[in-house]
Amino acid sequence: MTTALPQPGGAGGVTGPAAAAPAPASVAGAEFADVVADESSLRRFLHGLPGVDPVGVEQRAAGLSTRSIKKDSKKQAIDLAIAMVDLTTLEGADTAGKVRSLAAKARRPDPERPDTPTVAAVCVYPDMVATAAERLAGTGIGIASVATAFPSGRSSLEVKLADTRMAIDSGATEVDMVIDRGAFLEGRYGKVFDEIVAIREVCTAGGVRLKVIMETGELATYDNVRRASWMGLLAGADFIKTSTGKVAPAATLPVTVVMLQAVHDWHQRTGELRAVKPAGGIRTAKDALKYLVAVREVAGPQWLDPYLFRFGASSLLNDLVLQRRTQQDGHYSGPAYVTVD
Amino acid sequence: MSDKRFPLDWEYAPAPESAAIGRIAERYRMFVGGKFVDGRGDDLKTVNPATEEPLATVSTADAADVDAAVGVARKAYDKVWSSMPGAERGKYLFRIARGIAERARELAVVETLDNGKPIKESRDVDVPTASSHFFYHAGWADKLRHAGLGPDPRPLGVVGQVIPWNFPLLMAAWKIAPALAAGNTVVIKPAETTPLSILVLAEIIADADLPPGVVNILPGAGEVGRTLVGHPGIDKVAFTGSTEVGRQIQSTLAGTGRRLTLELGGKAANIVFDDAPIDQAVEGIVNGIFFNQGHVCCAGSRLLVQESVAEEVIGKLQQRISTLRIGDPMDKNTDVGAINSAEQLGRIRELTDAGDDEGAQRWTSPCPVPDRGFFFPPTVFSGVSQSMRIAREEIFGPVLSVLTFRTPDEAIAKANNTPYGLSAGVWTEKGSRILGMASALRAGVVWANTFNRFDPTAAFGGYKESGFGREGGISGLAAYLQEED
Repeated sequence: MTTALPQPGGAGGVTGPAAAAPAPASVAGAEFADVVADESSLRRFLHGLPGVDPVGVEQRAAGLSTRSIKKDSKKQAIDLAIAMVDLTTLEGADTAGKVRSLAAKARRPDPERPDTPTVAAVCVYPDMVATAAERLAGTGIGIASVATAFPSGRSSLEVKLADTRMAIDSGATEVDMVIDRGAFLEGRYGKVFDEIVAIREVCTAGGVRLKVIMETGELATYDNVRRASWMGLLAGADFIKTSTGKVAPAATLPVTVVMLQAVHDWHQRTGELRAVKPAGGIRTAKDALKYLVAVREVAGPQWLDPYLFRFGASSLLNDLVLQRRTQQDGHYSGPAYVTVD
Repeated sequence: MSDKRFPLDWEYAPAPESAAIGRIAERYRMFVGGKFVDGRGDDLKTVNPATEEPLATVSTADAADVDAAVGVARKAYDKVWSSMPGAERGKYLFRIARGIAERARELAVVETLDNGKPIKESRDVDVPTASSHFFYHAGWADKLRHAGLGPDPRPLGVVGQVIPWNFPLLMAAWKIAPALAAGNTVVIKPAETTPLSILVLAEIIADADLPPGVVNILPGAGEVGRTLVGHPGIDKVAFTGSTEVGRQIQSTLAGTGRRLTLELGGKAANIVFDDAPIDQAVEGIVNGIFFNQGHVCCAGSRLLVQESVAEEVIGKLQQRISTLRIGDPMDKNTDVGAINSAEQLGRIRELTDAGDDEGAQRWTSPCPVPDRGFFFPPTVFSGVSQSMRIAREEIFGPVLSVLTFRTPDEAIAKANNTPYGLSAGVWTEKGSRILGMASALRAGVVWANTFNRFDPTAAFGGYKESGFGREGGISGLAAYLQEED
């Protein structure tokens, strides 16, 4: 079997198999109808999930970092990682020009090597979606937008819904929402759940995939990460995502392991394939490869696919491109040889 | 048909450690009186269990060599070591500890070539822990009066030690470091199949300028060990190995007044309650039984899982075990290495066949197994009952027996229903249950929400047929000292 990665300008990998699209009507499926029937059932279910032992999960994550990925397997892994990048700019200082250059980078991550895969998506604020959509039309590259009063999530549901609609109307193909961490930490799981469901309805109507950001740095414990992950899955999230990138710590390997375990368990229970996206703090190809090992060994090889796993990152792509060149040329070329966007 | 958009033929790259780093010599000699000397016993060939190819020739001791070694150890004890100030002894131990750390990579390679354990375990566990045992005990050498063992605890004299093949270097460190810190001198016999790493340690000891005769190393088979532990010039015997040999040693020493500590077999229960952190429990079960191919006396070889979560745990366990990679121990990706000897492989096969005959359900990891070398794939027996041989006898291989229980009392009853009592594991999120179980389990070590963790500061040892006496920590030190009356 050879690697078939998307060609530049060709169809991207972000649309995915139609069969995997979640059914819109029943949020959690028949199996979990009782669980999501009311807030107390949901709470009982989430608190009945097995705990996560921090020492154990961190040890496991450290063990996953020791696999050896070299030569051909490294080349394949780097190309896959590039195809999994959600190339992101989320600054107050974002301008149309910045987004346009990011779009150009997404289309041709390494201008001198046209065989470099395109990224999965670019990720921008809702008001920048139209600019990105214009530049990415016909490329198959997704346009992800952070809606719902990103990054704090501190606004009314009406505002969050309006934010989401705006992103979708402007051409977003994926919506990255944040959960209300305050409500979650207060134990008002029903409120958080209902908000995800409400946003998801808008996304389903607009035919876009929903990523739910847990902001795991603010949830603080792995037990909370697991509960939030399951709540997201029950509410119909297509992706569960670690972080906004605005809070430290952002993505970590142990947190991602917990999430990968959640989607794996969800798959065992329902047969559905849901995706995971660590975001923030993953800057090097070496780190990205460790995450791919975790994807493979915790969730399963099936998840080694941009449809089911993404990296939310801004600077990771450059290191991947640099390491890709290093693998091809047999020597390191230096940061002057990759584009700064 | 796969619906994947990105079919990926992704294998980890082989990453073999270089055998050259081990600098294996053609021939190794005994270490007696500070010198490397030829023994009068027959040479033995040690083989690499992963390839079945010979590694090196090792000179072995005979009874006269044992006698000579005990003699020089006595002389070193009387003339130098027992009267040396503790701070000075400590300096030698620190030097040995640093020597191990400095030659860590070489030692890891030697250990993996000779023993068959994965390089990542010899590199990340055996060698660093061996070094830390010397560091820890070096710190005690000048503080023995403050260890709570009386105002002036004294060494015992010459100590005869016999160690097994599962952790050759680490067991040497466990035995030698506390003995020396306490002021004893040592004659030690490594296992027949794994003599090399302790002979590299002998080089480190020689480089540390340890006074001649303080540590003497006599490779050889069981007969050398028998002669050593029966030698009248020995004041204490410390043995780690099989219960059967331990029993023989105990009867040899009975009535002689000589001290004895025994670290023998085990059949540890790893108990998983329904409120356990399941994913980490699965990791702990895997680490408990597949670490070092299950060649661990405290291995969690009996999984006791609460019935309400048994199906879930076994399912997750099988999926996790399927990701374990068995193969070349020198490859850094290898999780499960080679069985140490053909003889041990035969014993594992015999016992697992007994499991089939007695009606347990065998599940074998689908991982590919090398055609050459001594390998046994990770194996899980479910539907095991207490009466089966695989639930009672120590298999000492990568074989897990799964039993179920319904209540904490039943878990305790089943866990304690074994002639052994070395270790146990408890997996639960409930703190009070951990404490309750720990006091109810008849085991020397009880791990809570983890397994197979070792530290020089923690006492290790068993109940019942797992032996007596402790190694590590202050109680380990006490085993090499006599308190004043």
